[in-house]
Amino acid sequence: MRKLLLIGLKDLKLVFRDKAALIFMLLAPFLLTLGLGFVTGQFGSSGGGIANIPVVLVDQDGGQLGTALVELFQSEDLSDLVTATVLDDPDAARQQVNDDLVAAAVIIPDGFTESIIPAEGQMEPGETVQLVIYGNPTRPTSVGVVKTILEEFVARLEVGRVGGTVAITQLLTSGLVPPEQAQAIAVEMGQHQAESLAESNAITLTTNVASEAATDFNPLAYIAPGMALMFLMYTVSNGGRTLLVERNQGTLPRLLVSPTNSAQVLGGKIFGIYLTGVVQMLILIIASTLFFQLQWGDPLAVLALVLAAVFGACGWGMLITSLAKRPSQIAAIGSAIMLTFGILGGSFFSLSFAPGWIKWVSRITPNAWGLDGFNILALGGGLNLILEPIAGLLVMGVVLFAVSLVLFNRRGMALK
Amino acid sequence: MPAILEVKELVKKYGDFTAVKGVSFDIQEGEIFSLLGPNGAGKTTTISMLSTLYIPTGGDAAIGGHSVTKEPMAVRNIIGVVPQDLALYEDLTARENLVFWGQMYGLSGKTLNSRVDEVLEQIGLADRAKERVKAYSGGMKRRVNIGVGLLHKPRLLFMDEPTVGIDPQSRRAILDSVKDLNKQGMTVLYTTHYMEEAAELSDRVGIIDHGELIALGTQAELTRQVGENETLLLHIGEDEDAEALAKSLKGIPGVLQATATDHEVSVIAREAEEILAPVVTKANERGIKINSIDIREPNLEAVFLHLTGRALRD
Repeated sequence: MRKLLLIGLKDLKLVFRDKAALIFMLLAPFLLTLGLGFVTGQFGSSGGGIANIPVVLVDQDGGQLGTALVELFQSEDLSDLVTATVLDDPDAARQQVNDDLVAAAVIIPDGFTESIIPAEGQMEPGETVQLVIYGNPTRPTSVGVVKTILEEFVARLEVGRVGGTVAITQLLTSGLVPPEQAQAIAVEMGQHQAESLAESNAITLTTNVASEAATDFNPLAYIAPGMALMFLMYTVSNGGRTLLVERNQGTLPRLLVSPTNSAQVLGGKIFGIYLTGVVQMLILIIASTLFFQLQWGDPLAVLALVLAAVFGACGWGMLITSLAKRPSQIAAIGSAIMLTFGILGGSFFSLSFAPGWIKWVSRITPNAWGLDGFNILALGGGLNLILEPIAGLLVMGVVLFAVSLVLFNRRGMALK
Repeated sequence: MPAILEVKELVKKYGDFTAVKGVSFDIQEGEIFSLLGPNGAGKTTTISMLSTLYIPTGGDAAIGGHSVTKEPMAVRNIIGVVPQDLALYEDLTARENLVFWGQMYGLSGKTLNSRVDEVLEQIGLADRAKERVKAYSGGMKRRVNIGVGLLHKPRLLFMDEPTVGIDPQSRRAILDSVKDLNKQGMTVLYTTHYMEEAAELSDRVGIIDHGELIALGTQAELTRQVGENETLLLHIGEDEDAEALAKSLKGIPGVLQATATDHEVSVIAREAEEILAPVVTKANERGIKINSIDIREPNLEAVFLHLTGRALRD
């Protein structure tokens, strides 16, 4: 294990002494982010980016809270972010999602209001019912936004419900209100809460961390990870290239005649590539935070996503390496894949409006998964909302590493 | 002296091509043993199998009692390897290279640092240890390349043509360092296609050609194979037909062998001076201009010529 780490650290040191590699790894994505920020004319400003997410709402509840939720989605505050339409039939709404006409269907079930506000003649709220969100898997970012809005709505509702229950209980126990009036007060409080929820302009996309501050979506929060992920592909293919360069320059055979086995050597090289990718991503994240005032979101979730994204990308790097015979082949294939994945994976433009089949194909790229995750985090989502992108990236890495190892074994590390 | 290396019928095949054809020899502890042969003779392939990089197609070898095929890791702890081509990280300094390779040989902490310091002194680069290797001259890089092989004080050091492509001064320094290492007790297996190096360094020499070990012994034993014969070396013009001249010289009484290379004709005779006049006459008859003539005493070159009919440079 020690030798594996030493080989990896040696590779990290070598990469950071290679000026050409540093330009591609760090300077190019930083400058492209800067350039695209200026080109879009939205450098540092809010608004733009993800917009007009099509959502269909089905209000089976018909009560005050159901109406409040529909009004919230149709409110002026969210008009730039979502385009909400209302349908009566939940199946029709789901079909719209299946047909990729909308990003998500939100179904407000019958009894939703009564599960929060007691009905006439009742002291206690009715049976708990759940809001249903039927998400479009090809638009995970948009689904994440809708989810976040709903979570915020439910969270505020819960705070109001608990507060109301406590208040009425105290009024009753203190004898200030007779039991026969308590029910009327509860209903009145619920109605008031529903009105305030619908009218509220405080419904914003907030982070899951303790901070109460609202976070606007900055388009650079899309561009910066897009560029970082695209140039991550350069790093992993360049890392794979060094394996063949080491073979040609004789250092790999020299390693293999030292008391170091081939698994340690290969493991060390892979670790070096992984480490380089992680350091590259973290430097870009820190730099964009400092220079562009970008909010990437929950730091732990960002770190988890970076680790997963680099793992997935490393899988591609190793696959390319296991297929190539010469370093020049890797350089050529790596550049082609970097650009192709950049376009296909949404590094240059959002895939929200791309045809469905492109969205599906984009799932082979670490860029698409990574961007989904980074966008969710930038919009205020937490680790729980990026489990799917993380899982996608990890599965990608595992599958590609397995294929690469089979190919490496067949070729005996291309040495013997 | 016990044998530190025992090679038995070592074979390496690449498809239909056999690079090494059943080579067998021993090296005694404390010896400098040279494998002498032209380019492509199988020297590097042999060393690659002995250093556990390549798996032999047939045969085996034992180093310090450990089989290279069955116990490669034990073998790697005993041997040091100085490859023919530079195998260094040019963006690292000499010290960083030595530290990294020392770590790969299991050195750490104070032991590692003191060994790195010792080796830097030994290769004469202590004062430039913090410069990146890419800034070094070819000779300095060669010295670092050798230094890496010495870090863990191997019992047996493989040196694969360490003087190829360097200036005479650096070459001299490397040859001297090989002798010094041997004096300190290190056993050396040295491959070269330079007869002079093998002659200067070696206790024993194995001559290898086309993957076969065609002669083995001390220099005295080997040169006795060509007897007391001398070699007459004719240097002729670039446009002259060396082959035709060699063929015509074979008919001269006293000429035992005549072989042509690029612009030279080697003639082996019992007494070179006796055949000098008829050789010159024959060249004049054919209109071939001789630029210069050397007479050489029996040596390893002559042995190779005697055994193969070709010069070492072929």
